[in-house]
Amino acid sequence: MSSPAKNRSVTQELFRKPPAMIYRWLGDRIFSTITFILGISIILITLGMAWVLFDEASPAFREFGFFGFMTGTTWDPSVQMLFGAWPFIFGTIVTSVTALGIAFFPAIAVAIYSAEYAPRWLAPIIDNLVNLIAAIPSVVIGIWGIFVLAPWLRDSVYMPLFLWADVNAPGLLPLLGNPIGYGMATATIVLALMIVPYTTALARDALIAVPKEQREASWALGATRWEVIRMASLPYARGGIMAGAILSFGRAIGETMAVAMLIGNKNTLPFSVLGAGATMPSVIINEFREAVENLHLSSLMAIGFVLFLIALTVNLIAAWISRNYSITGGSAV
Amino acid sequence: MMTTLKQRRIRDRIMEGLLILSTIVVLVPLVIIVFHVIVNGFGALSWEFFTEELGSPSRAMQGRPTGLVHTIIGTIVVDFMALILAVPVGIGAGVMLSEYPDHKMNPMLRVMNDTLNGMPAVLKGLLAFVLIVKPMGTFSGISGAVALAFVMLPIIARTTESALMSIPWTIREAGLAIGLPRWRVILSTVMPAAKTGLVTGTLIAFARAVGEAAPLLFTSFGNNYLPNSWTGWLFGPVDTLPQRLYSLAISPYSEWHQMGWAAGILLLGFVVFSFIVARILTRQKFSTS
Repeated sequence: MSSPAKNRSVTQELFRKPPAMIYRWLGDRIFSTITFILGISIILITLGMAWVLFDEASPAFREFGFFGFMTGTTWDPSVQMLFGAWPFIFGTIVTSVTALGIAFFPAIAVAIYSAEYAPRWLAPIIDNLVNLIAAIPSVVIGIWGIFVLAPWLRDSVYMPLFLWADVNAPGLLPLLGNPIGYGMATATIVLALMIVPYTTALARDALIAVPKEQREASWALGATRWEVIRMASLPYARGGIMAGAILSFGRAIGETMAVAMLIGNKNTLPFSVLGAGATMPSVIINEFREAVENLHLSSLMAIGFVLFLIALTVNLIAAWISRNYSITGGSAV
Repeated sequence: MMTTLKQRRIRDRIMEGLLILSTIVVLVPLVIIVFHVIVNGFGALSWEFFTEELGSPSRAMQGRPTGLVHTIIGTIVVDFMALILAVPVGIGAGVMLSEYPDHKMNPMLRVMNDTLNGMPAVLKGLLAFVLIVKPMGTFSGISGAVALAFVMLPIIARTTESALMSIPWTIREAGLAIGLPRWRVILSTVMPAAKTGLVTGTLIAFARAVGEAAPLLFTSFGNNYLPNSWTGWLFGPVDTLPQRLYSLAISPYSEWHQMGWAAGILLLGFVVFSFIVARILTRQKFSTS
């Protein structure tokens, strides 16, 4: 380490000649001005994103009206030039909510196991592997989904289910839809896998932040390990766990590539469980490169703006929950 | 309802079993994905893969040599341009948050940074499209770099803030006590002390951005060939690995599918590599402090 020596030489230099006013005053001014400019540029980028998306979307909003655009169920870029975002809003919300429902309990279970049960040598390994799932690029999961997961699901799960329903419950068939393998169900399963790490990481942080006394009190009352977790740790960590789940929901809403590769891309309602669908990011990815009509481009930008609003709301709710609950431990205590 | 001690112990064991089972269920797909990517992509990793350009689909179908050299170079060019754009701004914002904690802008900056971090990457691509591609009139490597910089920025700002905050306040007071001005304290004592944290944060941001395809599809767009001159890397459409992987995967040619898996190996290998490096760096930081 050379820093003590370097610091000493700095000190000696300072004792030799007292630094000029300009070095102290002007230096500080310049430095703080530069950091201020760099800091404010992040604010400007975020606000700029909202403004740019809204500005580009305004032709579509003028044409269909803001709520008309949100609730419009027809998306036809070729013949009628009618654009309504509802199929994609619906697809995004259904896939994200279902994915969170699938991922929530396994994710919390991993967090509990790693924070409370796992031996000391095993816990960091589990944490790192779970975080590694989050690090896998979305397109890599997408190509795996296209060539491995979707064919397997089609042959081993969807087809048997479809054939069973065909014989025993024909009423279910429209709900199930076409079992081609690429559709809402496959996209949801992949989405669930991809958001597990976020829920787990935040839940684990919340569990580790539970004060030792909280647990020791339960131990002292003779509780078993599970009772300690259920009655002492989990209620205390509730705020952090909920905030983590909502942030994961935000991730699921914005997840683009893997969903676009697996959801089958169908622009008209009704969507079915196994059949093709679409989400807001997937329709942007699929159509933006090919869109030529200005109204079509503007409508895709408008979907981006709606996506911005939804992501913003979800993030603010998560921030609010974690600020109000995890520090004090929540109202359950 | 009364339960005996034995029943409670059995319940404890059952819950532990369920937790272990869930952990296995979550981790098995990771193993399967890595296994399939390696098995399927390994065959396409040849010498030509690293030295030839992709060309038209017929090139692969007729068995002529094709590869992704233009994609690999393009990824390096675009990602490092993004890094050059994002690091000064991100570290500056992190310094602002950590070293000027009372500044009036900071609550706003923190909210805006978290908002930007939470925004889907596809929106960052749309922003770069409007800001750069539309005025320039063409898809370009620079616009891809700007889009990726939007991805890296909030991550670098957050990790910088927490790395600088972890440096004890007494170090700053010591610097101020020997008469250093505040900017020298930050640059010569606080930031060198937090060096590992800053590098780790930048690496995490870089690794995240390298895997992103969504912001690149309508900014750097993609290109089957090497550009004619070096300016083509900056001002013309440029191929990048995640975006090429997407195009290969949705193409109808099985030769291209295999090249897509091979591109997956490269991406996965890089991400796992930087993940491990980041872990090692963080561990060192904790062991010395």
